[in-house]
Amino acid sequence: MLFYHFGKYILLLKSVFKKPEKFSIYQEEIFREMVDIGLGSLGIISIISVFIGAVTTVQTAFQLVSDLIPKSVIGGITRDSTILELSPTICSLVLAGKIGSSIASQIGTMRVTEQIDALEIMGINAPGYLILPKVTAGIIMVPMLVIVSIFLSITGGYLAGTASGAVTAAEFVQGLTTNFNPFTVTIAMVKAVTFAIIITTVSAYQGFYTDGGALEVGQASTKAVVISCIAILAADYIIAQLLL
Amino acid sequence: MIDITDIRKSFGDNQVLKGISATFKPGVSTLIIGGSGSGKTTLMKCMVGLHQPDSGMVTYDGRDFTSLSFDERIDIRKEIGMLFQSSALFDSMCVEKNILFPLNMFSDMSKAEKKDRVNFVLERVNLAGKNKLFPAELSGGMKKRVGIARAIAMNPKYLFCDEPNSGLDPKTSILIDELIQEITAENNITTIVVTHDMNSVMGIGEHIIFLHQGQKWWEGSNQQITSTNNKELNEFVFATKLMETLLKK
Ligand SMILES: Nc1ncnc2c1ncn2[C@@H]1O[C@H](COP(=O)(O)OP(=O)(O)OP(=O)(O)O)[C@@H](O)[C@H]1O
Ligand SMILES: [Mg+2]
Repeated sequence: MLFYHFGKYILLLKSVFKKPEKFSIYQEEIFREMVDIGLGSLGIISIISVFIGAVTTVQTAFQLVSDLIPKSVIGGITRDSTILELSPTICSLVLAGKIGSSIASQIGTMRVTEQIDALEIMGINAPGYLILPKVTAGIIMVPMLVIVSIFLSITGGYLAGTASGAVTAAEFVQGLTTNFNPFTVTIAMVKAVTFAIIITTVSAYQGFYTDGGALEVGQASTKAVVISCIAILAADYIIAQLLL
Repeated sequence: MIDITDIRKSFGDNQVLKGISATFKPGVSTLIIGGSGSGKTTLMKCMVGLHQPDSGMVTYDGRDFTSLSFDERIDIRKEIGMLFQSSALFDSMCVEKNILFPLNMFSDMSKAEKKDRVNFVLERVNLAGKNKLFPAELSGGMKKRVGIARAIAMNPKYLFCDEPNSGLDPKTSILIDELIQEITAENNITTIVVTHDMNSVMGIGEHIIFLHQGQKWWEGSNQQITSTNNKELNEFVFATKLMETLLKK
């Protein structure tokens, strides 16, 4: 069963990446999706990022009870855990819920109302037209959102740390700026791109093969979120294993 | 001209089409009639390739369609217009964008030419000036008409209409029938209309195919349909109270 779906998924991807009929139309769609995915998710990503950073700082400070360890370490830990894990992964899980469900229900609705059949009758490669712009927009926008998230998360950590008195501003900044390894940012970007591909293609697959009516569209959208989340966490582990 | 030979199609154990052959001529609208669930939509979808028939052949003016791959079918598909039972308009686009869609994808027309074409087909279906409305803002009958406008935008050689007048009042439905017939004659289109509406049958039924139990049960014209002694066809034709009352008189 798993293999059957995986095979069907790969075949769908094959038709997604066929040469577009007309590039200008795809371009227009990509920009529309970029606004949808990028701007549309900026608000929620900003809010959760500030809290991620704040919580990380406060909890790290709580765990560092020893006087032997300088308080500046808090800044470093917040920075690294945000860049390496929290920003890319938590943002992607939230985006799986937001973008994933909307992609699955949008494509699923088009399937059950015969709009996909209408595309095919016109001689249009429906997987390409419907899915490629979403995947492209995701690959561009999710890393950008993750970068925004990293900055806001560290800012949130700074604010929470200094406000609670757990760490002084100078210590926090000193921690941020020492021992910075730029490779962690590369890993964050690799994760962001991988997760973007997972969210958009898994949800598109669920929507594209919806069969039935409104009820099944709802189920497809739930499945899209669940499977995307599991796949994201599995991929997260694999990337960490391979690159660290 | 479209030829189909011995089309068979099953869904699981449900044998829907049990070997159907027919010829559809250009300039004529052929009506496919039959009870609900008799396989009319399935036959149409097999013809345009939305369902793959289990066996049998479909040829468009001699070009074998069934054995082609998706990419090879595209040239023939560009010559096909189809109106779906549910209209299948793109929800995210206004009326104008819906009709422009195939033009943008496949034609080399200039912007002004495309605009003219949109206005021309909209006028043709009596919806001039409704360019900017969205599908959600249209009535069922208007959706059907936009569906027809979109189907004829590319000047198709083959037009498929699945129940163009279901859910419409008798007057509008006659208008739509006449519209389809006019377009067919004007442009010498090979048109196939699926219907179970006896008004359409009597109105535009030059060539009628009656499906029953997955087979072509009867074929003829509306002149012949009332005088045949085919039992199942008579049951279908005279099933309405109106017919019953008229017959008693
Ligand atoms: N995708 C499908 N999967 C399984 N069975 C199907 C499918 N499509 C149609 N069928 C079955 O095929 C039979 C014929 O359906 P079809 O839609 O062709 O009927 P129809 O003649 O168009 O009816 P109506 O006048 O109600 O539109 C039905 O028994 C239906 O259950
Ligand atoms: Mg039908």
